[in-house]
Amino acid sequence: MTEIVDIRDLAVTFATDHGPVRAVDGVSLAVHPGEVLAVVGESGSGKTVTAKSILGLLPETATVRGAVVVRGRDDAAAGGGASAGGGDVVPMSASRLRQLRGRDAAMVFQEPSTSLNPVFTVGWQIAEGLRAHGRLSKQEARDKAIDIMRRVGIPDPETRVDHYPHQFSGGQKQRIVIAQALALDPGVIVADEPTTALDVTVQAEILDLLRRCRDEFGAAIVLITHNMGVVADLADRVAVMYQGKLVEQAPVRELFANPQEPYTRQLLAAVPRIGEGLARAEERASRRPAGWEDQAPVVAARDLRIVYPGRFRQPDFVAVDGVSFAIRPGEVLGLVGESGSGKTTIGRAMAGLTRVSGGSFEVLGVEMAGARERDIRPIRPRIGFVFQDPATSFNPLLTIAQCVAEPLVVNGRFGSAEDARARVDELLEAVQLPASYGDRYPHELSGGQRQRASLARALALDPELLIADEPTSALDVSVQARVLDLFDELHRELGFAALFISHDLAVVDMLADRIAVLHRGRLVEEGTGAEVLGAPSDAYTQRLLASLPVPDPVEQAERRAQWEALRG
Amino acid sequence: MTTPATASSRRPLWARVPVVSHLRQSVGLQRGMLVVGLVLTGLFLLTALLAPVLAPYGFAQLRGPDGAFGATQPPSAEHLLGTTQGGFDVLSRLIWGSRTALLVIVVAVVASILIGVALGLVAGYFGGWLDRVLVVIADAIYAFPSLLLAIVLAIVISGGQSSMWGGILAAALSITVIFIPQYLRVTRAEVIRVKSEAFVESARVVGASHVRIMTRHVLRNSTRTLPLILTLNASEAILTLAGLGFLGFGIEPTAAAEWGYDLNKAVADVSSGVWWTAVFPGTAIVLVVLGLTLVGESLNDLSDPRLRKRAAGEEPAEELLDPGVDPAPAVVSKETVA
Repeated sequence: MTEIVDIRDLAVTFATDHGPVRAVDGVSLAVHPGEVLAVVGESGSGKTVTAKSILGLLPETATVRGAVVVRGRDDAAAGGGASAGGGDVVPMSASRLRQLRGRDAAMVFQEPSTSLNPVFTVGWQIAEGLRAHGRLSKQEARDKAIDIMRRVGIPDPETRVDHYPHQFSGGQKQRIVIAQALALDPGVIVADEPTTALDVTVQAEILDLLRRCRDEFGAAIVLITHNMGVVADLADRVAVMYQGKLVEQAPVRELFANPQEPYTRQLLAAVPRIGEGLARAEERASRRPAGWEDQAPVVAARDLRIVYPGRFRQPDFVAVDGVSFAIRPGEVLGLVGESGSGKTTIGRAMAGLTRVSGGSFEVLGVEMAGARERDIRPIRPRIGFVFQDPATSFNPLLTIAQCVAEPLVVNGRFGSAEDARARVDELLEAVQLPASYGDRYPHELSGGQRQRASLARALALDPELLIADEPTSALDVSVQARVLDLFDELHRELGFAALFISHDLAVVDMLADRIAVLHRGRLVEEGTGAEVLGAPSDAYTQRLLASLPVPDPVEQAERRAQWEALRG
Repeated sequence: MTTPATASSRRPLWARVPVVSHLRQSVGLQRGMLVVGLVLTGLFLLTALLAPVLAPYGFAQLRGPDGAFGATQPPSAEHLLGTTQGGFDVLSRLIWGSRTALLVIVVAVVASILIGVALGLVAGYFGGWLDRVLVVIADAIYAFPSLLLAIVLAIVISGGQSSMWGGILAAALSITVIFIPQYLRVTRAEVIRVKSEAFVESARVVGASHVRIMTRHVLRNSTRTLPLILTLNASEAILTLAGLGFLGFGIEPTAAAEWGYDLNKAVADVSSGVWWTAVFPGTAIVLVVLGLTLVGESLNDLSDPRLRKRAAGEEPAEELLDPGVDPAPAVVSKETVA
């Protein structure tokens, strides 16, 4: 048996407005039949470009050097070279590439909701690939589509084959995208962050399906991901990329147990693990003065209800339903939940960005239920807000210093951004950014630097309450670790109360004193980190915990068995 | 005008002016289109500015030192492009006409931008009933044939009299009314998009007032597409002006030269074999519209990174690895190493 994909000394350069940029630099990789090769790296490491080159999917602005040999499944088994089936993708003509795509190599994209065409039935979309590669009657194609849908675990495929993408959930859509990729039984499937857009519990299901793709369909998988937990769960072999170069390549257990390169070690150390936060929480608790527990809470929600009015003739959507919690001064409450659980809605309501529909929600002494803009404005300076996406939370036309100075100027502490510069420099220093970065524009900073500037802006007015809405979910693991450390450090110094919203249990565990778990708008469990993560009492929390892949292949194998039992 | 946010702040100011930055980015056919458009537009601007120097006679001049020019004279040494039925020099009318066209474009575009952007900003930012009313009015204006509307307004504004400025203002303002809905719509759509961006919400959380959010955070981020509509509208303005003139609602020949009026008067000539009175004003209109449209379309394509063509990447070379050449990875490495 030979390699099914053989990448030799691949170099890809993109022509951009700022001159040529080298995205991939001398990468050599081989994929064996029936194995899962994980390509790991931070954003910009060239992992996606490398994987896309396997299918010849690079845009026309790319210049490619080197060879990417893709062999058909039969060629690889027969031990033959690049024969009629496959060949070097780099110089391949468009029509030969079309033959190769789908039959020898297929792709699964990150976002299942955008990779399916909303105006065709899913059956048609699966059959489209079949028809492109052979003469099939309508009925045959349909039968094959139903068959493949059954095999990827869509219940009742005979009816579902005629449904449109919007009638499926996110996880089911990803199953259909995988079915599309499997339709022609390709030798290799390139999966580009296949679970990043999905919730943890759905992610576990999709990972299970991908494992079956390998075991039952015998397809090799090139898995592109930044999530070390996913790697530990699924991969046989791992290739680590950094700045377009291949840093390290090893079987998965070896890599996790004994990483050779300093970059790999650093990457692994940056991954948050559940249980790390326990010591921090205890240390925080010991610093608190006696009687702290009896202090009046900064935020108190009782039977909080937030409803988004339905559109024309549609029922209202209840985003938050009967949630009660409290945050005492200096306390960090971690709010965990999957998409649609209402966690962001609570954060926005706390800052007065979303109206409260029912119950009581007292923030810094102001009742938010029925509050008007005029009532909320006085407490605005006492609340800091860190947004999820650092790329969009800064006005692109203002410098970082002007952005950070904005709260100071708006609230009359300083006359203009220039007057506030001394204070801005102080703030930038507090978040470990050089003062000179104040003169840069937001797009000139990296994601992590921008999120630190965002933290500086949120802390500019010395708030009593900080709301952080998924502040690290758009960041790479190593950058995330640094931002979380910074958050912890600032919290120790400034002692603000905080609501920390995240979908990642491990991240919340690192920072929060108490954790609240939301599920479909309801609070299912609340308690200290040790209580919620150590001994979850609610079935949903248990499922959430079991679904979270841990970055350790040995432990993950045990957990997988546990998860399967829980699911079973 | 704003500079595109993607432009690096370190580039010199002149290189960030919209048209110049677009020209520097363009390659191949897109560059060719832009250059042709810019040359045609440049010629038009120069002619308009230098009309008194370039034109051999005045626009309303009927007689030279040797007496009257005579009607419908064919092109000759004295009259390079011949004379019209009314006895005017075609070349001079052509050159002076560019001046009228330019004035109408400037007045029409400036007025419609000022009003349209302001209304679009308010409508998009506040929404609600104000937004709905403004959009309904804009839609109602769309429903009218634009030339009909222009005719009505020309009559209302100038009241039949046709001095140079009266005529120009009548033409320009009637065009303005047609264009305001376009600017309103485009600005409103952009404002609605920008309004939901996180940085506007962050300004709200900080406690900034509506006026501050509108002027400091929303307005400047919503005007990026305006240079494109501006050039396209300029060409439309010329067509409307020519249409008004052709239908007899333009400017009297003694008040200012106007291509549409000349075309109107040339209708009868065509059948009698007098081609020069119609061809030259017609060509002038076509060339100016073509030039402005080419500029507008090219800017449109070049501003969209998905439509913009780029020079093919160089064969990967070793000097690319120098972090000084490529700033992005250098920043990333600082992040991870530190």
